[in-house]
Formats: sequence, structure tokens, C-alpha cells
Amino acid sequence: MTRWNETKSRALIEETQARGGALTSALRALTDTFGYIDPAAIPPLMQIFSRSRAEVLGVISYYDDFRDTPPGNHVVRLCQAESCQAVGARELTELVCAATGLKLGETSKDGKLTLEAVYCLGLCANGPAAQVDGKPLAELDENKLDAKLAALQI
Amino acid sequence: MSTCIYIPADTLAIALGADEVAASIASIAKTRGLEIEIVRNGSRGLCWAEPLIEVETKSGRMAYGNIGQTDVDGLFEADFLNGGKHEKFLGLAQDITYLKNQQRFIFKTCGLYDPCDLAAYKAHGGFSGLHAALKVTPDKIIDEVEISGLRGRGGAAFPAAIKWRTVLGAKAAQKYIVCNADEGDSGTFADRLIMEGDPYRLIEGMVIAGLATGANAGVIYLRSEYPWAKTMLDKAIAIAKAANWLGNDIQGSGKSFNLSVFVGGGSYVCGEETALLESLEGRAGIVRSKPPLPALEGLYGQPTLIQNVITLCAVPDILTRGGAWHQALGTGRSTGTMCFQLAGDVKFGGLVEVPFGQTLRDILYEFGGGTRSGLPIKAVQIGGPLGAYLPPERFDTPLDYEAFGAIGAGIGHGGIVVFNENADMRKQAHFAFAFCAHESCGKCTPCRIGAVRGAELLAAETPDLGLVHDLCEVMVDGSACAMGSMTPIPVQSAIRHFPHDFNVRQRLAAE
Ligand SMILES: Cc1cc2nc3c(=O)[nH]c(=O)nc-3n(C[C@H](O)[C@H](O)[C@H](O)COP(=O)(O)O)c2cc1C
Ligand code: SF4
Ligand code: FES
Repeated sequence: MTRWNETKSRALIEETQARGGALTSALRALTDTFGYIDPAAIPPLMQIFSRSRAEVLGVISYYDDFRDTPPGNHVVRLCQAESCQAVGARELTELVCAATGLKLGETSKDGKLTLEAVYCLGLCANGPAAQVDGKPLAELDENKLDAKLAALQI
Repeated sequence: MSTCIYIPADTLAIALGADEVAASIASIAKTRGLEIEIVRNGSRGLCWAEPLIEVETKSGRMAYGNIGQTDVDGLFEADFLNGGKHEKFLGLAQDITYLKNQQRFIFKTCGLYDPCDLAAYKAHGGFSGLHAALKVTPDKIIDEVEISGLRGRGGAAFPAAIKWRTVLGAKAAQKYIVCNADEGDSGTFADRLIMEGDPYRLIEGMVIAGLATGANAGVIYLRSEYPWAKTMLDKAIAIAKAANWLGNDIQGSGKSFNLSVFVGGGSYVCGEETALLESLEGRAGIVRSKPPLPALEGLYGQPTLIQNVITLCAVPDILTRGGAWHQALGTGRSTGTMCFQLAGDVKFGGLVEVPFGQTLRDILYEFGGGTRSGLPIKAVQIGGPLGAYLPPERFDTPLDYEAFGAIGAGIGHGGIVVFNENADMRKQAHFAFAFCAHESCGKCTPCRIGAVRGAELLAAETPDLGLVHDLCEVMVDGSACAMGSMTPIPVQSAIRHFPHDFNVRQRLAAE
């Protein structure tokens, strides 16, 4: 992830608009680049896409992917959907939450880890599944996930 | 001579260590001075055997299943480069029972080659459907689709040809083809498999849809949970464009079609076609009122054909082999094949493409082999989060749209999620409400508030099931889209078939 910077953010928004992209595409570009949408990006988004503040904030808050605060250095997304539930995702999630002291959706105080819920990663025949920093994991159990988290040094 | 080894580069195989296996094989081969070529193919959809590697030998492609990095030394010892025996040897890939018992046409080439290898796609019959389509009028293309009986595979099973005809008939300067690749249903991964494993098939289907309806622009609305599919689609689109299968004057035909990929924002409701259009236009995914139909006023108010990935992937063969060939597959009004996906606690999970009409039991046991845990099956949920929970007594229902409709269930996008006897069906029903509360777009009150109240009711010690049923009735009658109107299906089927999980007995005793 790139650290937030005003110039780059504005350039991304302008580029998106110039190639005919929509507001949602600009939010995607910002998220993919910085990991979140900094409040300072709101005025240029309003201006370049001719939307009111309420509209821009409404769109950001509608989508689970768009956050307004930076995520932790590492993002662990645990699948919470039915196929993974059927093979123990609920129990695994409880263990991870207990071990990290975080609830789903929270970021640790030291900014190292964000825990998130995700509803299906398309790995449903091989659950429980997760995504760690964008990389897929399947057939998880406590040991496998512990090893993964330990490797991240959190 | 160099030996060709296929190691899937698909999200699941990668999750299970395929990249590390590929690196090990390459490095050991190098140390031993063996000439090999590693092809990173798509997955054949045998999720239970991933990473499934194959070696090209004189007698065909030999398969080895569930290969981890620690198996690699042993494979070389066993002379796997010549198809040598090993404890993980599965024999000729094409003869693996799980594959042999399927009747694949949509997935027939998925996993055979590097997904972005255009020459390989063509060598396996790729683009012959588009060639056929380029020779005839739009009406004639749609006639074939109509004869085929093809119905939408995204969930609603609406006859494709009706929408195609409507878009063709609409007068507009700009029309669009939108591919719905939001695949939000838990238990489904067919769209992912084919986008990652055979992306040209989708591209071909979309171009044919464009020729048939007069649309020269297409968008694939892809869920953000599928980053690898994005990589493969972007690459395939660029190659197809360079080879003039996309872009202007396609293969000298004078027709053009441009295609791009749009990545969603992690919203389930954006799979609903009008919410999807809102999202594409840059707004929150709030469902639009119908009419107008998207086929007449869709993306940016222009006529728009919206179809699921698998629906579009069925099109090339319908053009090549003719609509009647497709119509003859399946049963009654459920024509063709269905790409079922076995998931959850199942021993042999994966993609099962068979003609409609086999029983659920056949799929669960003959393909699925029962549960992975070894425990008895308690329930299956079929058709995603809005699908019914069915007990074993219903497993003999034939898998076709009408037969499933008759038992108050649906087939949806073909996801079959298996739950063992430890499943608590009250928790599952509660989740159905909670998921609806989380995903509801908020447009209508029964869904927005009903789902929240439903979750509260089912969280109570002894839930008031009478009230739950009343609430479900209001949701069914008063919701604008299937999110609200179908959430009662998993809830009420769970209550109906598994009353013991809802403290019903205690409640009756207390009254
Ligand atoms: C809440 C909800 C979610 C949906 N999600 C999807 C989806 O992920 N993929 C899909 O193809 N269709 C989905 N649909 C169905 C679409 O609205 C639409 O019927 C479909 O894309 C049409 O294509 P088809 O006829 O080829 O199935 C969803 C519908 C609803 C109500
Ligand atoms: S049923 Fe729910 S998701 Fe569908 S339009 Fe109404 S509020 Fe939105
Ligand atoms: S339900 Fe967890 S990956 Fe699909």
C-alpha cells in the first residue's frame, strides 16, 4: 500500500474520470492504492464527479470494501458464509478473535492487524477459507492459521 | 525431450500451495538436469484433488492429486515424469470417475491449458461459435438461443432469448452487454473457475451476445473477492484484443465489440441486476424499480442485456452445435447442463456439470461421496443464501427448475452446501436474517426492518415462531427484490424441516 498523499489521490480521481469511469471506480482506485479513502479525498471527489458531500459519503458507506480509516499493516479476512460455517468457520473465528483480542471489523491499537468478515471467497468446497493480505487460504484450522499469523509477526 | 507438467494457477490451487509445488518441481528438475516445461493451467474443478498436477506422457495426461511441496521429492523418485506409480497417482486425468461421469460442455476445456493461451483455446474449438454467429443475422443467432431453451444461470432462470430479442428490438445509439460476475452466493464458484480457467469462452459468449443484440460495448461486473479472476480477465481481454477477437472490425467482419472489467465493492445485493447497474454508474447499490426493464432502459438508460457468466459461456457451443442439440439435453423446460458446485462438509467437493434431471442424492453421494467429516448429512442448502434448507427426505427430488419449485426450493446458481448432523438449523435461520439485515439496500421496509426483527426473534431463548412466520409473510409480499422476498425461504424451510432445533417442544410444553 502507498501512504496517503493528496497529489496522487487527486491524480487517481482525475484519471478515473477522464477515462469515463464512475465515482465507484475512483473509490476502487483509491482503496487499491492507499487501502482506504482519506477524508481529504472527499472534496476532489465531489468536485470532479459533480456530487454532493452526502452522495459521496453515502456511496462510500454503502460498500463494505470502502473504508474511511487506514487498515492495519496486515488484513485478515475470514469467510463467514454458509459453506465455511458448515466446516467450522464460526469456531475458528472465535479462536482468532480471542487470540487477537479483536472483533471482526476492528483494527488493533498498534495498527498492525485488521480483522474482517468476508462473505464467500469462492473456495467453498475447501473451507474454512480466508484471505490474508489479499492471498487466498483454504482448508484452514487453528494450527494453519496460527502459523500464518505468526509468520506475519503480529 | 522436455516433459510438460500442468500445475493449476487458480485461486484454490494457489491457496493450497500450487505456487510452491511449481517452484519445487522446477528447482529439482534443474538440479537433476531434467528438461521440463511447466504450464500453469486452469482448474478442472476437482476441488477435492487440488493441487491436481498432470504430466503429459505417451499414454496421455497422468494425474496426481493433493500434491504438496513435501510430495515433490517422492514424485521424482516415483518417476512421475513418465507417469510412474505413486500413492497420490490418480491415473489418466480424463478417466477420473468424477470427471468421466459428468457431461461437460461449458467446462469441457477448462483446465486443459494455460487459460490465456489463445492458440490452445482455438485448437480446442474456441471461437467456432463466434465464426458461426458472424455468418448469420442477429435474428438467426437469437433463434438458435431460443430453440436451445437456455435459461439464465444466475438464479432467476429466465429464458435468455426473450431478453436478447427485447434488446435487439430496442432502438438506441448505444446498447450494452453486462456480464454479471458478482457470484455472491456461498457455495458457488463456477463463475470463478471459468473466468480464471477459460476466460476466452466468456469473451466469445459476450461478443456473440453483442452481435445478436446490436451492442458494441460490454462490461464484466466482477466481485472484488476474486482478484485472480481480474488478473486473468484483464490479460485475456488484452490478448483477444491484440488478436482482433475484440475491438473494431472483428476478424474483418465490420463488427466491433469492446470489453472492460469493473470491480465491485463487496456488496451482495449488487448481484441483483438493477443494483448492479447503479453500482456501475457510480452510486450505492440500491435496487431500481421495474419497469423499466434493463433490456429497454439499463446502463445509463440504454438497452442492456444482463446475463450471468455461465449463461454466456453456454452460448458458443449453442451456436456451433445448434440450439436443438442443447434443447435435447436435460429434462422438460430445464434444458442443457447445470454446473453444480458441491461445497461445505462434503468429501469430494467441486464442479459437477451434468444435464438437468439427476437427483440431488446422486450428486451428493455419487459425486460428493457424503461428508468430509464422515458424519451423516443433516441438511443441504441449495441455491445460495436465499435457498432452501432440505433434509434427506427431499434428496430424491430431480434437479430441474420445476421439480424444485414444486417443493418450495430453487436451484439458483447451482450451489449445494452440505451440513452434517452437528449443524444447528436455528443458527442457520438466524444467519439468513442477519445476512439480509447486513446486505439489505434499504429501499423497502419489510426487508430493511423485517430482517433485523427476524434476527432478534430467532436469537430469543424460545423464539415466537408464529411471529416469525407472520414477518416472513410480510417480507415475501412486500419486498421489491428477491433479497427480502426470498430470505424467508431458508428461514421457513429450516423451521419446517428441523423443528427440534427451534425449541418447539419446550415452547409447547411451557404453553
Ligand atoms: C440479491 C440478489 C443477488 C443476486 N446475485 C447474483 C449474482 O451474484 N450473479 C448473477 O448472475 N445473478 C445474481 N442475481 C440475479 C440477477 O438479478 C439477474 O437475474 C441475473 O444476473 C440475470 O442473468 P441470467 O439470466 O443469465 O441469470 C441476484 C439477484 C438478487 C435478487
Ligand atoms: S428487498 Fe431488500 S434488498 Fe431488495 S430492494 Fe427491498 S430493501 Fe433492497
Ligand atoms: S463460503 Fe467461505 S469461501 Fe465460499
